[in-house]
Amino acid sequence: MLSYIVRRLAIAIPTILILIVLSFILMFAAPGGPFNSERPLPPQVLANIQAKYGLDQPYWKQIVNYVWNVVAHFDFGPSFKYKDRSVNDIIAQGFPVTLTYGFWSFIVATVVGITLGVVAAIRHNTWLDYFAVGISIGAQSLPNFVMAPILVLVFTLYLGWLPGGGWNGGQIEYLVLPVIALSTSYFASIARIMRSSMLEVLNAGFIRTARAKGLPMSRVIIRHALKPALLPLLSYLGPAFVGMITGSVIIDVYFSTGGIGQFFVNSAFNRDYSVMMGITILVGVLTILFNLVVDLLYAWIDPKIRY
Amino acid sequence: MFPSKQTADALVQAANDAEVKGRSLWRDAAIRFRRNRAAVVALCVLGLIAAFALFGQLFAQWSNEEIDWSIMGAIAQKGAPSIANGHYFGADELGRDLYARVVQGTGISIMVGMVGSFVAVMVGTLYGAVAGYSGGRTDNIMMRIVDILMSIPFMFVLILLLVIFGRSITMLFVGIGLISWLDMARIARGQTLSIKNKEFVEAAVATGVSPMRIILRHIVPNLLGIVVVYATLLIPGLIMTESFISFLGLGIQEPQTSLGALISAGAKQMRFGVIWQLLFPLGFFLVTLYAFFFVGDGLRDALDPKDR
Amino acid sequence: MSLLRIEDLRVTFQTGDGPVNAVNGVSLDINAGETLAIVGESGSGKSQTAFAVMGLLARNGAATGKALWEGEDLLSMPQKELNKIRSREISMIFQDPMTSLNPYMRISDQMTEVLMLHKGLTKSAAVKEAIGLLDAVKIPDAANRIGMYPHEFSGGMRQRIMIAMSLLCSPRLLIADEPTTALDVTVQAQIMELLGEVRKEFGTAVILITHDLGIVAGFCDRTLVMYGGQIMEEGTTENVFAKASHPYTLGLMKAVPRLDRAQDKLDTIAGEPPDMSRLPKGCPFSPRCDRKLDNCMAEKPALVNFADGRRRACHIDWKEFA
Repeated sequence: MLSYIVRRLAIAIPTILILIVLSFILMFAAPGGPFNSERPLPPQVLANIQAKYGLDQPYWKQIVNYVWNVVAHFDFGPSFKYKDRSVNDIIAQGFPVTLTYGFWSFIVATVVGITLGVVAAIRHNTWLDYFAVGISIGAQSLPNFVMAPILVLVFTLYLGWLPGGGWNGGQIEYLVLPVIALSTSYFASIARIMRSSMLEVLNAGFIRTARAKGLPMSRVIIRHALKPALLPLLSYLGPAFVGMITGSVIIDVYFSTGGIGQFFVNSAFNRDYSVMMGITILVGVLTILFNLVVDLLYAWIDPKIRY
Repeated sequence: MFPSKQTADALVQAANDAEVKGRSLWRDAAIRFRRNRAAVVALCVLGLIAAFALFGQLFAQWSNEEIDWSIMGAIAQKGAPSIANGHYFGADELGRDLYARVVQGTGISIMVGMVGSFVAVMVGTLYGAVAGYSGGRTDNIMMRIVDILMSIPFMFVLILLLVIFGRSITMLFVGIGLISWLDMARIARGQTLSIKNKEFVEAAVATGVSPMRIILRHIVPNLLGIVVVYATLLIPGLIMTESFISFLGLGIQEPQTSLGALISAGAKQMRFGVIWQLLFPLGFFLVTLYAFFFVGDGLRDALDPKDR
Repeated sequence: MSLLRIEDLRVTFQTGDGPVNAVNGVSLDINAGETLAIVGESGSGKSQTAFAVMGLLARNGAATGKALWEGEDLLSMPQKELNKIRSREISMIFQDPMTSLNPYMRISDQMTEVLMLHKGLTKSAAVKEAIGLLDAVKIPDAANRIGMYPHEFSGGMRQRIMIAMSLLCSPRLLIADEPTTALDVTVQAQIMELLGEVRKEFGTAVILITHDLGIVAGFCDRTLVMYGGQIMEEGTTENVFAKASHPYTLGLMKAVPRLDRAQDKLDTIAGEPPDMSRLPKGCPFSPRCDRKLDNCMAEKPALVNFADGRRRACHIDWKEFA
């Protein structure tokens, strides 16, 4: 098991390095530097600024410095826009917010999705099944940027039940709409995957054996069917996780929750490259780590996988 | 042992009969597709939407850039959908005709989806076919690259690209296409591996046809079925991607517009009682997506019956 | 009273192509300690008969008639009651040991859950008992290997594990559904030998479902031949083998390869197994029967009892087979 983790990490680390270098190269391929504004700065001032940010050094040295700072010190450098703040400050402010509603969205999507899928499979071809399938087909085409305005329209403008934005330290009423908006299309996909894989597993020979043993149906489902039925879902969880992190950009912008997405979009408009790169790299690392966790879960569930 | 065995035998029998009559794969698929009512309806809906995007402008009373000064400042009261003043879908916050804007936005969204999907499928198929056909170390390296690229958060990179190289529709096409070819590459490689050992490929190799020519003339045409299915299912995904970026205001730029940009504007304005500005683009967006999904599903069932 | 008595069992599946009648009025008895073979080609309804008794039909299938276990009807029994009979009174071995064991659970967990549920044993006591049974079916080094997953065993070993698992609660009836079909020929013989031994040791009644007449002789007291979901002939194995009185039984016997006389090629029964959704009005075997009479296609022959305990359904006078 340990050697398997090590081997997976051995693939993950170069991937992260490639990501860092790639985004750095992109930044330097940009026409015009980050300090080219409408009003040209005096040459002396520009030179001073460039010296301060290390932009006067040769490219290769800049890359090495950047990578070294990121890898060794988790230091993404200063923001190009806000002189007094580092990228780390910005991430430290926004990331806990994103993590909070992202975590709840993930929980809601998987729990609701798995339950709906399993129930639909057990009650195959009953109204419950049709209901679950209907909901998941409908919800699958409701991405977060569609859900967000619809939810605000209904729950804030018409019913007046919940606030249509803000964070307020993550109080529950500020959390509800972002979580629903972010999780809808994912619980729908999870329910569909879960339903079809559960239906397939329920037809397997070993389920017939389990029933022939006289086990009650609940036990057959939980002990015998659930694990194998979860396997196809696992490979979807990686992309779903990425999708949710990406979706957090919409949530932050629409609900003004103040997560890293908001900073990302702001810096996109401000051409604040160092913040953009920092966030991109952070998300990339998270993605890679999450995929690693999924791989390990695979190995844990499926005994046929040799580490 | 099971009754489905008989059904399966009957199917095999039917398939054999069909072969005798010389039905091709594609005609067979067309027949299966036509039996799928949801897919056929969805295809008709898509046809209507395409007609709307192409010819809708002919019926518009206003152009998409014209400002109706007579209703300016009182959009919530006077800008509601009405036949009388020619704003069938109402007007937006600047007094522009929403009908004309939705026609334009639908067209651009579908175009982005189709062009992006085309780029993705071309790149992915070729890459996957080359990797699968080459095999060995080349294959290994090429697929490892795909693995690495897959774990990069592409929406962020795409926005980075758009910011760095300027927000143009071409950049959007290329960017969206480039982030979506990875899955296609994997699928194409898998299929190529199984086609590679078929007799007709071996025959081509034996007669000294060059590898690139074999890939283009023998492998790729046999991937066509799966490519068509994947491309159709990719289009709605790309429309979503484009809408996502336009929703953030980082995609399509005025005076051009897309459904995502219109939804974004509508979402911002709906607090002011101009709900139509959200509902019309949203309606077209959802109907288009559903239609593409159902057509894609229908095509998959028709072209890949073993999957049912 | 017989242990299990099936009366006019019918099984129908609802499929996309309309209803399929897999079992059409089967009646049979089996007494304690007795062995009965149910023989027929694939699609003859023999497995579905067993599944119906155990309540294991596929979701789209429904059974009518009666399956009386010591007088109580299994078909109309609530699931909860049926679960008390499954495995404890009647247990079942399936055709493919590759798929009938759960690949995601250790053998120990799969075996002990039966004992913990039905006998209320503790985990450690259950493990001990499970190891004992694995020893009994000659799994080498059972104490250590019980913690392994199914894929770590060969096909024959897995079928031994299935047999051990089915015997955990000392059931009074064991239904073995083609237990050797998926195995190598040499392994087949070992498994049949093992089944014979445990049968004697545990005194269990056995219903052996098979299409292979070769393994029936020497194992079963009685043999029942099915075709098209109906009983064609039944009698003591000796009688059925030596004095078959039904054209279908004769056809089956001819199709068995024999060592004691030279054969250029194996005889087969002409034609294909019947389409269960469109059975002929008369005898189901009539379209393939080489001795059919004028009324065979139109009139279903009744299942008639004979003095020597034999039953058969055929219009041809039984004396013609003597």
